[in-house]
Amino acid sequence: MMKNAIAELITKMADDELILGHRNSEWTGLGPVMEEDIAFSSMAQDKIGHAWALYRILQEQLDGEDPDQFAFMRAEQDFKCCHLVEMPIGTYDFSLMRHFLFDHAEAVRYDSLQQSSFEPLQQLSRKLKGELKYHTLHADAWILQLCKAGGESYERMQAALDQCFPLAAGIFEPGNDEQGLINAGIYPGEQALYQRWLDAVNTVLVKASLNMPDPATLIPQYGGRKGNHTPHLQPLLQEMGEVFRLDPTARW
Amino acid sequence: MTADNTITNVYKALEQVMDPEIPVLNVLDLGMITDVAFHDNTVQIKMIPTFAACPAISFIQEQIRKVVNRETRLPVEVSIDKTVHWHSNRLSEVAKEKLRNFGIATPQVHQGELRAEIMLNTPCPHCNSSNTYLRSPFGSTLCRAIHYCKDCGMVFEQFKPLE
Repeated sequence: MMKNAIAELITKMADDELILGHRNSEWTGLGPVMEEDIAFSSMAQDKIGHAWALYRILQEQLDGEDPDQFAFMRAEQDFKCCHLVEMPIGTYDFSLMRHFLFDHAEAVRYDSLQQSSFEPLQQLSRKLKGELKYHTLHADAWILQLCKAGGESYERMQAALDQCFPLAAGIFEPGNDEQGLINAGIYPGEQALYQRWLDAVNTVLVKASLNMPDPATLIPQYGGRKGNHTPHLQPLLQEMGEVFRLDPTARW
Repeated sequence: MTADNTITNVYKALEQVMDPEIPVLNVLDLGMITDVAFHDNTVQIKMIPTFAACPAISFIQEQIRKVVNRETRLPVEVSIDKTVHWHSNRLSEVAKEKLRNFGIATPQVHQGELRAEIMLNTPCPHCNSSNTYLRSPFGSTLCRAIHYCKDCGMVFEQFKPLE
């Protein structure tokens, strides 16, 4: 029972990283300035590497499949990513705001996993926490800079925040056996992480003079963790696995 | 050949295994090797990646296997050590000297928890000035950041600090 719940937790974390990694990579060659092109490409590489490390834990500790098979051959409803990461890259302001909200959520999550009673996650979280600092550092710097520029720049950041926030709240959709995971000390549960995340992002939003949507009236966009996805995921999976599926047994 | 002798030879061999992305540094300079042992006539080497998503990892593992096997004539097993994680304080002083000579600024020494301010005024590897700013925390490889030197006008890369 616990094994299934741990596998579900790891799968949703890994799927978020894989899909957002793929989305970030769509900025390669298109970034508004060269440093941003490089930043989104580097973060894509990090995310996909982190997804791979999590899929490896599934394979080695929880009788999971080969990471490549698992990443490229699954049906859409077997993916457990949240809707936030599925959305097309849109404009730079949307992608930047998504990156800011998502990476703070990850930072909070990996920080909590340093106390996890599941050793493989605990060990991995120590490694990834330091790397994620560069993601939040990058996001915070650009959010602040674009908000302080005022005018259209500020208005677009506020609009992006309003658009992304319900999607980002969907990261914390409760899982199937959360109480079991909490009691076993695997992780603190989505509700606790959500509260810590609100505190973390609010600190930056206040500095940027952005208005955080009121969590009390917010309707989080749930569904991804149950395998119900936006229409944007299927085309992404199609493209991402296209080459792999030509010959799934090929050695690279 | 005794075990002690073999282990010394293994370390000598490891000095020849260079990082493909920073070819002046070997895997020992980088602090990537966590254990060398000798069991049942096999050399067992434990290593750690610098960054989790480093694409050079399997290449480096293969190089270690090849070079150590060539030098010791023994079968070699290379595995990832999950009990230790890499951080930038593991770079040796010799490694930092080599990095500077290669034109890459070195990571600041940190005390466990890394604060963003640590990367401000990173000394320029070309003119030593600290009148510099962080242009991007991401660079041409995962382990590098980009800075700009206001004194000599050069853009330079840094091997970034990692906690």
